[in-house]
Amino acid sequence: MNQYGGQITISNTETIPGRRITEFYGVVTGSTVRAKHIGKDIMAGLKNIVGGELKGYTELLSEARQEALQRMIAEAQSMGANAVVNVRFSTSSISQGAAELFAYGTAVRVE
Amino acid sequence: MNLELLELLLPVAPFLFLLVLGLAAGTILERRHFADIRARESRFRSLPAVTFREPPADWAVDGSGLVAGSVVVSLDYFKRFAAALRTIFGGRIKAFEPLMDRGRREAILRMKEDAAAAGYDAIINVRLATSRIANANGSTTAGVELMAYGTGLKLRDSLGNALPTEGA
Repeated sequence: MNQYGGQITISNTETIPGRRITEFYGVVTGSTVRAKHIGKDIMAGLKNIVGGELKGYTELLSEARQEALQRMIAEAQSMGANAVVNVRFSTSSISQGAAELFAYGTAVRVE
Repeated sequence: MNLELLELLLPVAPFLFLLVLGLAAGTILERRHFADIRARESRFRSLPAVTFREPPADWAVDGSGLVAGSVVVSLDYFKRFAAALRTIFGGRIKAFEPLMDRGRREAILRMKEDAAAAGYDAIINVRLATSRIANANGSTTAGVELMAYGTGLKLRDSLGNALPTEGA
């Protein structure tokens, strides 16, 4: 989760450790709504018999979370920020079989 | 007599088959997963993951970034049936406890692998999140997602040199 071309530093701490914040730009958010497709459901249904990791869902959710993060980063960059601090994730199921993955944080400039 | 018994059993045969298959395969897979988790945990012991919000004052930080790991796990057929029965009477559902445990430990390990790949020496402000994934019909649970995330740190030693890469 660290490859953002070295342009922006992301952290879930309140500051970027070892660096000083010089400017605050405010909250930035990114989200995506995903539904799982029927093929993955069938595979997961089979995997549900023996239990264990449902790889299709793991990939689906982490890809979706990446996209939410990327959107948050794009918003921060458009403000001129070089870091996003105090990043939080949230997941909510908005309808049957669909979920929203959401990332938010505070865009700042660090020296 | 035997024929009558066979006729009685025939409709429930698929159910019994799935119960036995779930119990056998699920138990073997779970045991293997725990063995794998223990082996990887001892390999990553040199990469600490802590819940402190700030790095301890004596750490010399040389760079940081977000790291994360997640996994979706599910119960086997037998355990799901046992858990459903348990909800009738209430009480402790033993079937779910090892599932949450292995999922959470796997998520933490994946976060550490993410950190090691990016060259970080420690992870601070670790947070754990859990969410349930519903089936399309909404009533039954397809799986549980366990997620771990934190801030990876590159550290220097007291002489100002980068630490040797560990873990991976």
